Amino acid sequence: MADEALFEFLHMEVVSYLFKTADEEKCIPILENMGYRVGHSLAERFTRDSSRFKDELDIMKFICKDFWTSVYKKQVDNLRTNHQGVYVLQDNRCRVLTQISASKQYLEAAPNYLAFPCGLIRGALANLGISCIVTAEVQNMPACKFQIMIQRSQ
Amino acid sequence: MSRQTGRGTETKKVSAELFTLTYGALVAQLIKDYESDEEVNKQLDKMGYNIGVRLIEDFLARSSVGRCHDFRETADVIAKVGFKMFLGITPTVANWSPAGDEFSLVLDNNPLTEFVELPDGHQNLNYSNLLSGVLRGALEMVQMEVDVTFLQDALKGDNTTEIRLKFIRRLEDALPAGEE
Repeated sequence: MADEALFEFLHMEVVSYLFKTADEEKCIPILENMGYRVGHSLAERFTRDSSRFKDELDIMKFICKDFWTSVYKKQVDNLRTNHQGVYVLQDNRCRVLTQISASKQYLEAAPNYLAFPCGLIRGALANLGISCIVTAEVQNMPACKFQIMIQRSQ
Repeated sequence: MSRQTGRGTETKKVSAELFTLTYGALVAQLIKDYESDEEVNKQLDKMGYNIGVRLIEDFLARSSVGRCHDFRETADVIAKVGFKMFLGITPTVANWSPAGDEFSLVLDNNPLTEFVELPDGHQNLNYSNLLSGVLRGALEMVQMEVDVTFLQDALKGDNTTEIRLKFIRRLEDALPAGEE
């Protein structure tokens, strides 16, 4: 069992490594892709012995509860949807942000730390058959909203 | 509801896999970024070091392990408490040098490499080199300078994974953290 501190430190190192070496505009996509890869494999292993999901909402609930708990040791606090393919997951104490000072000073840095979690969600959903775009928004640290826009095939 | 059964028990395992997979994604990225395996090793070691200097705090706070009296005790604490706490494995402490300043940690299974196969052309890559950095960084924070190398790596076809630690010297003052 890997301890969560180890994972948190690793994530911080990855973020700081990328921002030191790659161009700034490339970092976010790279991080997002790493998250995608990890989320994709995790969802695969996670649902190995589970029965089929009922519908899209059921999958979202799975992401908010089981998936989030296993990754960040807590559930998503609030899930909302407009029933037209947009879901908003609100995490009031987002694990990746709780270690950063909650003042406005570091608000700009928050997206760097949220790219990986966004990728995780997108990857997990892709594995469960939902293709989507995931973005994150922070107004007050350490609360964070993840917006999931489902991409319907024509 | 049938789906719910069995999930709880897997949660812990999944979080270990989260670390393993994230680490894999990192190594893959480094291989893309650098030309040679040596450079990748160096970078992994550096990142491990940065993790180690911070992880020691977490370790000391939670393990309530006191001061070690000699290097043998240090070795035992690393294997039985440190590795157990963070990676859930207990490596064997073996192959002490006659002078008692060098030993090996032998890992029968390495959680970092659980899903890994080394592709051809990466004979010099020490995939788990992050661990050397972590050990070096963490020990430096408790005033011990050590040299950490991979002697054997199961990924490269060896029977086990063997990490060699060599005690260099006692540091007089703690160095400032966060320096590269």
